[in-house]
Amino acid sequence: MTTIIHPEHAPVADLAEAAKSRASDKSRAARRAGGLSDRTIAWLFVAPTIILLLAINIFPLIWMIRLSFTSLNLSMSYLPLRFVGLDNFRDILTDEDIWARLQTTAQFVIASVALQVFVGFGLALLINRQFRSHSFWTTIILLPMMLSPAVVGNFWTLLFQPQIGPFNYLVSVFTGVPPSSFSMTGEVALAPWTIVLVDTWMWAPYVMLICLAGLRSIPDYIYEAAEVDRASPWRQFWSITLPMTVPFLMLAVLFRAIENFKMFDMVNLLTSGGPGSTTELVSITLKRAAFEKWRTGYSSALAIILFVTVFGAANIYVKALNRVKQR
Amino acid sequence: MRKSATGMRSKWAGGALALFAGVALSAVASQPAAAKQLTLCWAAWDPANALVELGKDFTKQSGIEMKYEFVPWTSYADRFLNELNSHGKLCDLIIGDSQWIGGAAENHWYVKLNDFFAKEHISMDDFVPATVVGYSEWPKNTPNYWALPAMADAVGWTYRKDWFARPEIQSEFKSKYGHDLAPPKTYDELKQVAEFFQGRDIDGKKVYGAYIFTERGSEGITMGVTNVLYNYGFAYENPKKAYQMQGFVNSADAAKGLEFYKALYKCCTAPGMTNAYMQEGLDAFKSGQVAMQMNWFAFFPGLYKDPNVGGDKIGFFVNPAGPNAHFTQLGGQGISVVATSEHQEDALSYIKWFAQPAVQQKWWEIGGYSALKAVVDAPSFPKSAAFAPQFLESMAIVKDFWAEPSYAQLLLDMQKRVHDYVVADKGTSQQALDLLVKDWTKVFSEQGKTVASE
Repeated sequence: MTTIIHPEHAPVADLAEAAKSRASDKSRAARRAGGLSDRTIAWLFVAPTIILLLAINIFPLIWMIRLSFTSLNLSMSYLPLRFVGLDNFRDILTDEDIWARLQTTAQFVIASVALQVFVGFGLALLINRQFRSHSFWTTIILLPMMLSPAVVGNFWTLLFQPQIGPFNYLVSVFTGVPPSSFSMTGEVALAPWTIVLVDTWMWAPYVMLICLAGLRSIPDYIYEAAEVDRASPWRQFWSITLPMTVPFLMLAVLFRAIENFKMFDMVNLLTSGGPGSTTELVSITLKRAAFEKWRTGYSSALAIILFVTVFGAANIYVKALNRVKQR
Repeated sequence: MRKSATGMRSKWAGGALALFAGVALSAVASQPAAAKQLTLCWAAWDPANALVELGKDFTKQSGIEMKYEFVPWTSYADRFLNELNSHGKLCDLIIGDSQWIGGAAENHWYVKLNDFFAKEHISMDDFVPATVVGYSEWPKNTPNYWALPAMADAVGWTYRKDWFARPEIQSEFKSKYGHDLAPPKTYDELKQVAEFFQGRDIDGKKVYGAYIFTERGSEGITMGVTNVLYNYGFAYENPKKAYQMQGFVNSADAAKGLEFYKALYKCCTAPGMTNAYMQEGLDAFKSGQVAMQMNWFAFFPGLYKDPNVGGDKIGFFVNPAGPNAHFTQLGGQGISVVATSEHQEDALSYIKWFAQPAVQQKWWEIGGYSALKAVVDAPSFPKSAAFAPQFLESMAIVKDFWAEPSYAQLLLDMQKRVHDYVVADKGTSQQALDLLVKDWTKVFSEQGKTVASE
C-alpha cells in the first residue's frame, strides 16, 4: 500500500533534506547545461567595478608608495631615477614651511568645523520646530551645499571685491567703515576667516541635515515625561536634546573634518592660498608640489604622510564615537 | 518543457555581452577616414584669435585643417606641461612659454629644428636676437633651436593720455613736483605720477595711480616684480660663474628694488588688487579705474581699439628705468613641433609657412607680434601702430626668467617669497631674497648642479 505523505505533514528533517536535494539538482543542471551560475553572474556584474577600483585606486596607491622612495621629478625625467629611501619623508617632516601649512590647515579645520556645528545645529533646532513653510526654508538652506566648490570660490571672490562687492558694502552700512578700506581675501588678518566663512556658508546645511536626523530620532515621550516633571526648555535641551544628538554631532564633525582637511578647490579659487601663504592649505601645497613643480617622489611622500595622519586621527575619533554611542 | 531559470539568465547575460560588443564595433567602424589635420595648442587670449584667422590662409594653401586647443593663462602651464610630461598626442604644434624651452629640450618634448631650418633656409639671423635666445635656444646662446620665434612680447605700460593732457591736471602736477606731467622714464617718476593720481576725482569717479601684477597662483607677481628688480641691479646669477646666486639675487640693491615694488603696491594701487594679473589689469584700465597699467604688449592692440579708453585716450610707454639698469621682462613664445606628434611633416610645413615674411607681416597687422627683422625693422613699422615704437624699444632691453628644466619650481619659489613680502607683509625684503636664494640653491642641487655660495 502506497503511503502518500503531504508536504505539510512530512517530518521537518525530511523537508529540509528534500530542499537541499532540489537545490543541488538545480546547480548540477545549470553546470550540465553550460550556463552561468548565480555566483558567476554576480561576479560578472561586479567585476568591472572591482577592475576599475583596482586600476584607479589600489594600483596608483601602491605605485605612489613606491614613488615616495624615489627622486622622481617629471620635469627632469632625463635625470636617472634614484632610490632615496626615507629622504623625501625626512625633508617633509623637517621642513618648517610644511609644518606652517599643517598649522594653517588645522586652524582652518577647527574653526570651520566648530562654526559649522554651531550654525548647523542651531538651524536644525529651528527647522525641527515644524513651523509653517519649514519645508520651503529647508530647501533654501540646503541650496549652498548643492553648488560646486569651484563655482562658490569664484562668485564669492566677486562678492568680496572691495569696490563693487556687496559684502564690503553691507559691512560699511552696519559699521560705517568705508567699503574700500579692507579686503576680505587680501588681508592677512581677514583672509583665514574669509575661507572659514565661505566654507561655513556652504556646509553648515550639511551639518544641519545630520543634526536634524538626530533630533527627529528622539522619541516624543521623553519630552512629554520631562514636561510632566516640569523641566524647563533649557533643562530639556541640556538633559535630553544635547546628549541624545551628541553621536550625530560627532559624526558630522568627523565627516566635515575629513573633508576640510583635504579642502582644495574652493580655497584655491578664492585666495590661491594667499595673501602670501596665509591661506595655503596643505592640499594646495601638495597640488603645487605634484602638478606644478612636478616633484613626484616628494609629493607622493607628502600624500602618504597626510593620508596616515587623517587615517590615524579618524580611527581614534571613531573609537571615541563608538564609546559615546554605547553610552 | 519549462526552460530553467539558470538557462534564461545565462542567455540574457550572453545577449547583453553580444549587444555591447556590437555597439562598440559599430562605433569604431563608423569613424570617418581622418582628413589631414593639425592641432595647435596655445593660451586663450587675443593673439590666439588672430592666429586662428591667419591659419585660414595656411589651410587654403596646404589643404590641412587647423584645429586649436586654447587654454586660459591661469591653467596654461598646468594643462600643457601635463600633456607634454605624459607624452600626450593632443598637440602637433605648441606655442609653449619661453621658460619651458629648457625642460622641453632636455625631456625631448620638442623636435629639434636645426636640420629643418637648414633644409628650408630659415635663418635665425632673420629674427630679433632676443627672441631667438629667449624662445628658441637651449642651452642659451648656443645654436640649438627648438622653436621658431612666434609671438614677441614684453611688459609695457599704458596710461590715460587724455587725463595727462588736461591743463588743470598738468598745472597741479607741475606745481607739486616741479616738472611736466609726462609718461615716466624712471620708476621714481612713475611713483610720483601714481601718487599724484591716487584717490583723485576724475569725472566724478575716484581713480587710482597704477595697476601692477600681484597674482599669486601662477607667475603674475614674479612677472611684475622683475621689471623693477632688474632695474635696481638684481641678477639671477654671477655672469662669470653659473648658478652662483648669493650676492646677486639677494644683493642690497635687489632688496631695495623689492621694497620699491611693495611701496608702489601699498601707495598707489586700487583696493582689492592682491591677486591680480593680466585680465584684472585690463578690467581696471578699461573701466577707467587707473591712470597707468602694467601689462603685456600682446593686449595693446585690443586696448587701442577699446571704445571707452582707446584711440586718443590711451598712450603707451616702455618699462621705466631704475637707478642701476634699464630692462623689461621678456614675454612671448616660440612655436614648436611636439615630438609625439604623428603629423610631424605637416607640422613642419606649418612652421615653414609661418616663417614667411608675408605671413609674418600679416601676423603683425591682425594682432600678433612678429619677431622677424624684416617686419619690425621696416621703416614703416614705427608708424604701423600707436605702440610700435615702444614695442621696438622694449624688445631691445628684454631680460627673461630662468629657462632651466626646473623653471616651474624656481618660479613658484619666487611667487611665494615675493607675495609673502609684498602682499602679506611677511619679513623684510632682504629676508625674502635670502630665502629665495636658499630655495633656488636646493632646486639646483637636486638637479645635480654645483651651486657656489660665494
